[in-house]
Amino acid sequence: MNYLLGAFKPACNVLISFTDGKNRKQVPFKKENGQSVTVPLFHSQENIAGKITIEPMQGKKIDHNGIKVELLGQIEMYFDRGNFYDFTSLVRELDVPGEIYERKTYPFEFSTVEMPYETYNGVNVRLRYVLKVTINRGYAGSIVEYQDFVVRNYSPLPQINNSIKMEVGIEDCLHIEFEYNKSKYHLKDVIIGSGTNTHVETETLAKFELMDGAPVRGESIPIRLFLSPYELTPTHHNINNKFSVKYFLNLVLVDEEDRRYFKQQEITMYRLEETS
Amino acid sequence: MMLDGTEDEEKFLAAGIAGLQQNSFYMHRALDSNNLRDALKYSAQMLSELRTSKLSPHKYYELYMRAFDQLRKLEMFFEEETRRGCSIIDLYELVQHAGNILPRLYLLCTVGSVYIKSKEAPAKDVLKDLVEMCRGIQNPVRGLFLRSYLSQVSKDKLPDIGSEYEGDADTVSDAVEFVLQNFTEMNKLWVRMQHQGPSREKEKREKERSELRDLVGKNLHVLSQIEGVDLDMYKDVVLPRVLEQIVNCKDEIAQFYLMDCIIQVFPDEYHLQTLDVLLGAYPQLQPTVDIKTVLSQLMERLSNYAASSAEVLPEFLQVEAFSKLSNAIGKVIEAHPDMATAGVVTLYSSLLTFTLHVHPDRLDYADQVLGACVKNLSGKGKIEDKKATKQIVALLSAPLEKYNDIMTALKLSNYPRVMEFLDIPTNKVMATVIIQSIMKNGTRISTSDKVEALFELIKGLIKDSDVSPNDELDEDDFAEEQNSVARLIQMLYNEDPEETFKIIDTVRKHILTGGPKRLPFTVPPLMFSSLKLVRQLQGQGQEENPFGDDSSTSPKKIFQLLNQTIETLSGVLTPELALQLCLQCAEAANDCELEPVAYEFFTQAYILYEEEISDSRAQVTAIHLIIGTLQRMHVFGVENRDTLTHKATGYSAKLLKKPDQCRAVYACSHLFWVDDHDNMKDGERVLLCLKRALRIANAAQQMANAARGSTGSVMLFIEILNKYLYFFEKGNPQVTVAAIQGLIELIMNEMQSDTATPDPSADAFLATTMRYIQFQKQKGGTVGEKYEPIKV
Repeated sequence: MNYLLGAFKPACNVLISFTDGKNRKQVPFKKENGQSVTVPLFHSQENIAGKITIEPMQGKKIDHNGIKVELLGQIEMYFDRGNFYDFTSLVRELDVPGEIYERKTYPFEFSTVEMPYETYNGVNVRLRYVLKVTINRGYAGSIVEYQDFVVRNYSPLPQINNSIKMEVGIEDCLHIEFEYNKSKYHLKDVIIGSGTNTHVETETLAKFELMDGAPVRGESIPIRLFLSPYELTPTHHNINNKFSVKYFLNLVLVDEEDRRYFKQQEITMYRLEETS
Repeated sequence: MMLDGTEDEEKFLAAGIAGLQQNSFYMHRALDSNNLRDALKYSAQMLSELRTSKLSPHKYYELYMRAFDQLRKLEMFFEEETRRGCSIIDLYELVQHAGNILPRLYLLCTVGSVYIKSKEAPAKDVLKDLVEMCRGIQNPVRGLFLRSYLSQVSKDKLPDIGSEYEGDADTVSDAVEFVLQNFTEMNKLWVRMQHQGPSREKEKREKERSELRDLVGKNLHVLSQIEGVDLDMYKDVVLPRVLEQIVNCKDEIAQFYLMDCIIQVFPDEYHLQTLDVLLGAYPQLQPTVDIKTVLSQLMERLSNYAASSAEVLPEFLQVEAFSKLSNAIGKVIEAHPDMATAGVVTLYSSLLTFTLHVHPDRLDYADQVLGACVKNLSGKGKIEDKKATKQIVALLSAPLEKYNDIMTALKLSNYPRVMEFLDIPTNKVMATVIIQSIMKNGTRISTSDKVEALFELIKGLIKDSDVSPNDELDEDDFAEEQNSVARLIQMLYNEDPEETFKIIDTVRKHILTGGPKRLPFTVPPLMFSSLKLVRQLQGQGQEENPFGDDSSTSPKKIFQLLNQTIETLSGVLTPELALQLCLQCAEAANDCELEPVAYEFFTQAYILYEEEISDSRAQVTAIHLIIGTLQRMHVFGVENRDTLTHKATGYSAKLLKKPDQCRAVYACSHLFWVDDHDNMKDGERVLLCLKRALRIANAAQQMANAARGSTGSVMLFIEILNKYLYFFEKGNPQVTVAAIQGLIELIMNEMQSDTATPDPSADAFLATTMRYIQFQKQKGGTVGEKYEPIKV
């Protein structure tokens, strides 16, 4: 088998590095195979620049029909596996067709790239940004190398942030009014309110017990739910006509006979620029 | 939700403990390996056992205590963790990620405690957050325990004055605010318990609630321990807030317990200064609350406070404690018209104790209290309720105990009026208490007015009640109480004989109403008191009456009174007793040189003897008494004396049994030989008596011989021999050596006769007598010479 492996061994190493790679913030990123790696973090409108180093294997030369680097923004629907919709696609030609005998480095730069959507990794859908280096080799098959990176965009503080009031009750028996201090939360926020439960699409993110026992009329129960332990993302509306991410607070009332009463309320999540 | 049956409960408890232990084991392992994440996970799981609804408070407590121990360890771990550089603020957030609220809040309180210690945030902010967050538990039992845990971990971390957690100005009020809030919430939960669950389990629920009450009360205790709660803060903040909660919760159990709690935990001085506020709350309590007990407790506390030191008394005056309490009681009684009599009396009893301690000099206050009590009792007739009568006795005993002096009580015009309300048996008990108080303190009641008042008070003992005859009375009890009356009579006297006489007259008037059962007890002491007075007069040499003949207080007058008394009582007193009293009087008259009076008494005694005393045994006793008394009489002239002695010897010879006759007759010999009076030494008649005694002894001997075939004892002879020796020694010329010698021989013969019955006591007696003769012989001197001729 060794020779076979040898035959499929890539003919060269492709290394993608970013100019400010050392200083740039790294965030954990879950790859398709489930492994977690750290990848650099970018924001929209940033310059994405770096170098691509191609190092042929010892004593080999690479014939190619040209080398290019692409910046792709892709949406992948899991139910439609394998189909990528590129919403962003930028290309830089690095080299004209020729041969590479030895290690060669190409600088590249995409300036002020518009990356309106955030990287998202959900149960049903994935949105990712990737740098794709392609060495075209005609019939020999191209050599392709990917470098993921994560994009996060900060939102400004919402202008209007009303509190949420809602009621849950059993007719003629129990009536509870819930009030959350605001309807839009940043990701490390704390939901503070009086009188709940979180839910995503089809996935329950967390259960959080708010009250034990039946309150009397007029009693006000404090609610404090820290969002930071949950891996939340900002709310996304209609991303490229493909998907949306919404968050809900789902309030469940369980009575003595274990009957449940629900009340659901959407909350908007946004990413606040970290001060640190 | 609560399951019936303790067995099930035991099972649930065991399961809970097992779960708790298992998780605490994992928690410990996490602690040992400094694994914060696991420590939080397992501690939360451990605390989840406390989420159970299946345990009664009692069992739940057991589970809670186990969790509590574990939480102390966790707290220490958190402390170490912060020392290792973990941010306490992060920790404070981290524990709040727990999904279940109860474990979350227990952990929050635990970290909160460390947070305060770290001083990274003002204690008040942390406390405020904790006490707010705890609202999440609305289940009464779980909430009470959680908050009790909060109270427990925070009590040494309050921002009190002098505490290391004291922050900027006025943080004491934050501490107070915190405790008050926790208290309020706990009380709400506690009260709510009453209204949850089916009503048929009301009793069970009340029991469970009372098991939990100390958790609530603990907060008040914590409040009282806060240094910064001074009088002003107490008055302005603490008390009004606590009272507001108590009044508003409208719950009987809570109101009763917490009112009592306030009284017990805060200093007396505070109560005194806030009396208005405190008392103002009482009428607002639920009608079913046992106010009397609480109010009594308060008064008791204040009484003890007053008694503790004289320095605090001005405070009481300053705040007019008495009138406030008095008003409050009035209002409470008014607000609860159906309050049991016992309750009403208890209140007044406490108030009386209070005023006696605080205003010992204000008898009018005490009288007011009694008056108010009378007012409330009026129209209820005799009170039969056992509890109520007991309380009345307590009420009436209070002044006696305080002043140790019935005189003071007699000054209270309402005192007898209160006593009126007692039923007959209790009235007697009270009267006995009064008498005992007099005895114990040796109180002197020295005017006839007071005696009059006193006897009015204790009339339950003096005469039968008009209402019901006391037929079914225990003899012993009756004797007991009458004996105490008798003792009381003995104690009444005045240095001034005239007043004493008045007293005696008063007493006499009262006791004569007593009826045949009481008189035998009460008349003798009266007689003796009178005789004491006679002797007192005599001792002062007042035979010449300083008051003139008209004055009531001459011995003669007293004797007249006594004579009347005895006469009126003839047929009531037993004749034996009457006889004794007559003789006593006669002797007293003798000492006063009142011959006619003495003679009169003797005559009465003789009449009694002749007409009333028929029992032979009683006759023997009586005759010896007569002889003994008569022997000491010196007042009689020859004629009277002859008459009386003649009678006495006559009676003696007529006794039924020969030995009795013999003994009485030889006793009579003394009537003719009175040592100090030469004119009363009639040797011949002495000898006559002795010889007569001998003859009777002889006759007795022969009768015995005839009747039983054996001679009786020689005892009588030996006794007579002793009489001979007595008079011989006294120098009676008629008693000769020969006579003695003869008698000794006679005795010897008798003893050696075949028919003699051996009698060891007689032998011993004779031997002693002989030894005496020997002894006298050896004494030498005139006595020895005198005895010398007697041969033994």
